[in-house]
Amino acid sequence: MRDNSYQAVMARRPDIIRQATNIDYQEFESGGLAFDYEKMMGQAAYDIDQIAAIQRDAGVGATPLMELKNITALVRQIAEPGKGARIFLKDEAANPSGSFKARRASVSVYHACKHGFPGVIAATSGNFGAAIASQAAMRNLRSIIVQEVFDSRGVGQPEIMEKGRACEAYGAEVLQLSVGPELFYTFLLTLEETGFFNASLYTPFSIAGIETLGVEVAEQTKKLIGRHPDVVVVTHAGGGNVTGTGRGLRRAGCQAEVVAASVDLSGLHMASDTDFNRKSFTTGHTGFGVPFATNPDRVDVPRNAARPLRYMDKYVTVTQGEVFYVTEMLAALEGMERGPAGNTSLAAAIALAKEMPQDQVIVVQETEYTGAGKHPSPQLTFARANGIVVRRGNPEDNVPGKTIVIPEHPGQMAVKNVDLDKLRHSYLRNAVGNKRDLSAGDLAFLAQETRLSPAETERIIADFLSGQ
Amino acid sequence: MADARRGDCVQIHRVVLEAGKRAPQVPVETMRVPLEMKAKGFLQEEQAMIGQQVTITTFAGRQLQGELIAVNPGYQVDYGSPQPEMLTIAGELRAIVRGEYHA
Repeated sequence: MRDNSYQAVMARRPDIIRQATNIDYQEFESGGLAFDYEKMMGQAAYDIDQIAAIQRDAGVGATPLMELKNITALVRQIAEPGKGARIFLKDEAANPSGSFKARRASVSVYHACKHGFPGVIAATSGNFGAAIASQAAMRNLRSIIVQEVFDSRGVGQPEIMEKGRACEAYGAEVLQLSVGPELFYTFLLTLEETGFFNASLYTPFSIAGIETLGVEVAEQTKKLIGRHPDVVVVTHAGGGNVTGTGRGLRRAGCQAEVVAASVDLSGLHMASDTDFNRKSFTTGHTGFGVPFATNPDRVDVPRNAARPLRYMDKYVTVTQGEVFYVTEMLAALEGMERGPAGNTSLAAAIALAKEMPQDQVIVVQETEYTGAGKHPSPQLTFARANGIVVRRGNPEDNVPGKTIVIPEHPGQMAVKNVDLDKLRHSYLRNAVGNKRDLSAGDLAFLAQETRLSPAETERIIADFLSGQ
Repeated sequence: MADARRGDCVQIHRVVLEAGKRAPQVPVETMRVPLEMKAKGFLQEEQAMIGQQVTITTFAGRQLQGELIAVNPGYQVDYGSPQPEMLTIAGELRAIVRGEYHA
């Protein structure tokens, strides 16, 4: 009988993943730290026209871009004279499963179908599950979604339970797990048993599927105002959204500054049974945003196609209370009930627009559907039931896991800058470890990964290897 | 009297990893508790009682075994209660847009 202990299954991981992903990652390896990222994106994925056709065929993409006129007017009321950029929003909730994740799922499911896999599996507690289940339904494939849902008391996070319900609505089998990174163990066992396709968030298919979003943002903005946007704000968690959007913007010739935004959940441990239900946001937060930026390859495929440090020009955080506040703002002033987690980038955009001149344009590149469990009222009800203090006040006083402070006035909204140089240093430490025989190719790769010069990259590595 | 009959939609529970046999990197509060799993599907036995070991066929067509914990379980998601802290925001923001309020 096969040994299914945690250690034994993790040891079989490379074989299981290779069979379930249908990509020979060896082709892109150089034998060292470096691998050929662009070759991987070019060969393993489809070209942008094919992807657009796959998505059109599945009802994905071509979502509306609209100006948030009342929110822009609000920002101008509280900004310095002449300040207050125009804010536009890409309504990704209009995708079949209610979020931009349909773009990622569409290409993976198409690929699985084309190569004769009987079904698809994804390990996700977020909107990606519903996206995979929805796309699989369209292509007559079976789907299994593995979720981290409840703590040891059996209490389920309401946002994740709603996503589980949505997956079942699309016909998926949902495996609901308690808290812990061993979700990956169950995921591997299920891949091995079923022979289904690994619809990972981090394959080239998944990331290339988001490039159409960046292209649409650039083209639709140009159509509406005659030029590309100045800033595009992207909610950042696992890195795919930033990477795919950034690549799509560049592909369209758009030079907009790419700002990544996450909810600040610092101090909460992502694998902790007791911290799990002390957060209101199950994605779009720093618990994913920071580790995935600084150690991208720790995922369910050998090489992660999401490399966010390559594409973010700036990384900012906002608080849970500010995101709930703008969720209410979007409903009350623009008549759009969305999110809240997908409104993380909207919260950041409002704070940024306040400091930008009126003739500039900032685009928020996603919304997500809302519903029971996800909406602010069930989330805040749940937060109170778990001992979190919910109150109005200055968002500066927000403490993740203890308080949710909802602003008293939009003038209190602000972003905190994450020091990108610190993230780059941390990335280099993770990538290099104690390795001392780096090749010129490795150094060039690390420079591309961090957007530092090769000389600077070498200097930083030499510093930490010599113990400084 | 059986709690569930063949073909009923039921929920099962099982322990995937025992407490103490978790991944080495998990924090102590997680290591102390088992990794548990719940799944739904159609009961395969002619009849069963809550607490019994049963087999289900999941929506993806797989057979899974576990302890029967619920029959046709409801979705435990709702809209909670309206939050007093949120209810006044709309009026405040509209007043600012109209230029009637400044902090």
